[in-house]
Amino acid sequence: MGEEQKMQEEEKPVRKLDIKGLVCPYTFVKAKLAMEDMEVGEVLEIVLDYPEAVNNIPKSMQDHGQKVLKVDKTGDKEWVIVVRKEKD
Amino acid sequence: MEFTDLQVQRYSRHIILPEVGGKGQKKLLAAKVLIVGAGGLGCPVGYYLSAAGVGTIGIVDDDVVEVSNLQRQIAHSTGTIGMPKVESAKKTFEALNPDVNVIAMKGRLNKDNITDVLKDYDIVIDGSDNFPTRYLVNDACVFMRKPLVSGAILRFEGQVTTIIPHEGHCYRCLFEAPPPPGLVPSCQEAGVLGVLPGVIGALEATEALKLILGRGEPLKNTLLIYDALTTSFRKVKVPRNPDCPVCGQNPTITELADYDAGYCQR
Repeated sequence: MGEEQKMQEEEKPVRKLDIKGLVCPYTFVKAKLAMEDMEVGEVLEIVLDYPEAVNNIPKSMQDHGQKVLKVDKTGDKEWVIVVRKEKD
Repeated sequence: MEFTDLQVQRYSRHIILPEVGGKGQKKLLAAKVLIVGAGGLGCPVGYYLSAAGVGTIGIVDDDVVEVSNLQRQIAHSTGTIGMPKVESAKKTFEALNPDVNVIAMKGRLNKDNITDVLKDYDIVIDGSDNFPTRYLVNDACVFMRKPLVSGAILRFEGQVTTIIPHEGHCYRCLFEAPPPPGLVPSCQEAGVLGVLPGVIGALEATEALKLILGRGEPLKNTLLIYDALTTSFRKVKVPRNPDCPVCGQNPTITELADYDAGYCQR
């Protein structure tokens, strides 16, 4: 397996969470609850449309010891955040 | 169990805390806490535990609400004067949080019924206003190895301590026997600042939440003393007494007893 492919494997989300329509703090609360149900090392993909949460979720996830792998703008008002669980 | 959308909102400030989270909140919802007394201390204790989502709250008291209670007993109200305190408190707590199952027990704990009452609960919180109950609850918790959060108030001063039987001190390690009847005045005789049980009750509720969550350091082997007049908190170390009559190496108290004789019942 090539390096790049291995990276992609490691970043492959095991779970997708759609929190479009939710506002802070429920955006993070929902994301955190989803992470709690996952194993360390697993990756969560979060789809959201609340602009403030695009900054807040990655910051809070880092504060809680999780690894933010990417934040992508995927539409006019849609973002995808990918986080790997590092800590229970 | 999964949280409903309403629960996610209700408990969001808990869930956000790394020390609580969804897992901690589920522990709170599954916890069973017994509050002894629905008076000055029992009211704020039950109020905050209800708000926190402690799933089962037992409350025992044999009194009815009087207007003179309302200066400090915040779960009761003008509209519940004459109602049993446990019923008045249940109404208030369940109105605050319908997730909570409040078990109201109108009556007085004694050596014959206390074991049966305590057996269904994980943690006991003492908010009683008299020495016979205080010592009975301590002894029963030691025998049954139930964590006990004990609080007391008078005038402008309050105390809190957390008893983890056979791990830390117990109430009798601190004060071996009840004082003689009449030596220590009651709130009825000496007065109490209305907000004082709020402070001490909130501290007791905090101790209980920490025990349920398994976070922080409880007031084990420690007596916390609060003086409202000087706004000072003082921690006094209370080591286990190896000669304690109930939790020591050679206990002399091996069964529950009632100390009612001569004590003012209110």
